[in-house]
Amino acid sequence: MVRRFFFSASCLLFGLLFATLLNAQEVSQTAPENKKPVFFRNENNTCLRCHANYHYEFPNSDSSRIIRKELCSNYVIDTTLFYSSNHKTFKCTDCHSEEFSTYPHNAALKAEQNYACMDCHAGDEAYSKYHFEEISTHFENSIHYKADKDAFTCWQCHDPHTYKTNARVSHNVTKTVLYDNNICLGCHANINRMEVLTTKDKTNIVEKHDWLPNQELHFKNVRCVECHARQNDTLLVSHKILPKSKAVHLCAECHSQNSLLMASLYKYKVKQNRQQFGFINSVILNESFVIGANRNYYLNVISITLAIITLSGIIIHLLLRIFKR
Amino acid sequence: MDKVYFYPVWIRVWHTINALMCLALIITGVSMQYSSIENPIIRFDHAVAWHNVSGIILTFNYFIFYIGNILKGNGVHYKILWKGFWPSIIKQFQYYAFGIFKNQKPPFPINKTKKFNPLQQLSYLFIMYGFVPVMVVTGWALLFPELVVNDVFGNIGLFITDLIHVIAGFVVSLFMIVHIYFCTIGHKPGSHFKAMASGYHEVHE
Repeated sequence: MVRRFFFSASCLLFGLLFATLLNAQEVSQTAPENKKPVFFRNENNTCLRCHANYHYEFPNSDSSRIIRKELCSNYVIDTTLFYSSNHKTFKCTDCHSEEFSTYPHNAALKAEQNYACMDCHAGDEAYSKYHFEEISTHFENSIHYKADKDAFTCWQCHDPHTYKTNARVSHNVTKTVLYDNNICLGCHANINRMEVLTTKDKTNIVEKHDWLPNQELHFKNVRCVECHARQNDTLLVSHKILPKSKAVHLCAECHSQNSLLMASLYKYKVKQNRQQFGFINSVILNESFVIGANRNYYLNVISITLAIITLSGIIIHLLLRIFKR
Repeated sequence: MDKVYFYPVWIRVWHTINALMCLALIITGVSMQYSSIENPIIRFDHAVAWHNVSGIILTFNYFIFYIGNILKGNGVHYKILWKGFWPSIIKQFQYYAFGIFKNQKPPFPINKTKKFNPLQQLSYLFIMYGFVPVMVVTGWALLFPELVVNDVFGNIGLFITDLIHVIAGFVVSLFMIVHIYFCTIGHKPGSHFKAMASGYHEVHE
């Protein structure tokens, strides 16, 4: 008896080990091929010697002393973030004028026209999966663009020096939520950045969302764009930011079987994963729990069956009581 | 016919609040569990708010029941005497299944010292000291989801908490339906309801 138990336990353990190894092998096989990126560190260091620090130095021609001055934070590049961003293999002068290589910079360069996303990415087959043209159309219909066509560009949200594709590659929804929400909070929780774009008073996000139950949980687990952007079938992340009057207010839009989150936050993971049996919306269930959106097929069937049996029993009993008396 | 004072005021107050809150919790609970944007039974946020308020009231009301049972001695009716218990359960079940239709007398007529028949005693014990406390504890955990253990054997703690809450809630809902129906089995269909309102139970020999 004891021997049989140990034999079964060993089989189970080996089975689990085998399944784990098999899974690990699958993961490594499907992992994307990592091409080693080529960085232009030497070329970029000419700029980053100053622009990677919050200060810069120059010699005073009269006293020949070295003067240290504070560098405006907008002109500081975080090299760690830059060399892990989407544009990490770029030279500074790919986007900025070659004339910046002379120091002190020519004052006229301040008015340098920056490239926009579409200047490079439009019509490029290599980037077709990102739907840049569609994003551009959606963006042009967004409340941000309509508010100030000239000032509001892609860069306001996607700083080309730091931006990194997130939702497509991240396996952790909470991290995606944090990353994406920080993009919004970059302006909406920072009066200094906000006042560059608008004369409106800074809104208190916590107060504005007073109506939202479990506010902290929602903020940690759901992206701002889930409620504030129009979802659509083709884009992974919607860029049509809606006016506040059109933001999602009805809880059941997410807290229901046809949860909005399946078309937005979990879209990349959903693919063909909608299933009838077991847990409906199990993609959400893997990451978090949304009342009303996670339903179990068997539990539903069992509960409805038991309820019908109980009610039928009562009706039969009642009829027998009436007619047998 | 004798009239026996069966249900003191505190039991009647507790029972009324309990019944109303259970009803509110069932309706709002079903609405939340099966919420749909097309056919909302009750708007989700309203359902959540009413469910929370009813749940909190039910919890405090449960303490009245629990403490009242200890202080006023009502708990004795929930104490099962295991000797000869199962034969009595079968006897009571046979009465409900067959005897009642033959106009037989109930095998365990209730009186001041024995307010519940064995089947009632068993079901009330399971519901009031089993499922309801489980429902209350998991309900409060869902009210403060940040306190729930996040990872339970690789599953999301909130999901397991909710699953237990929903199952316990479903059992209590079924109990309530059966309980209301069985209350119509009295001398007259309305006798038990009248007794719960006035406190006086009619004993027919």
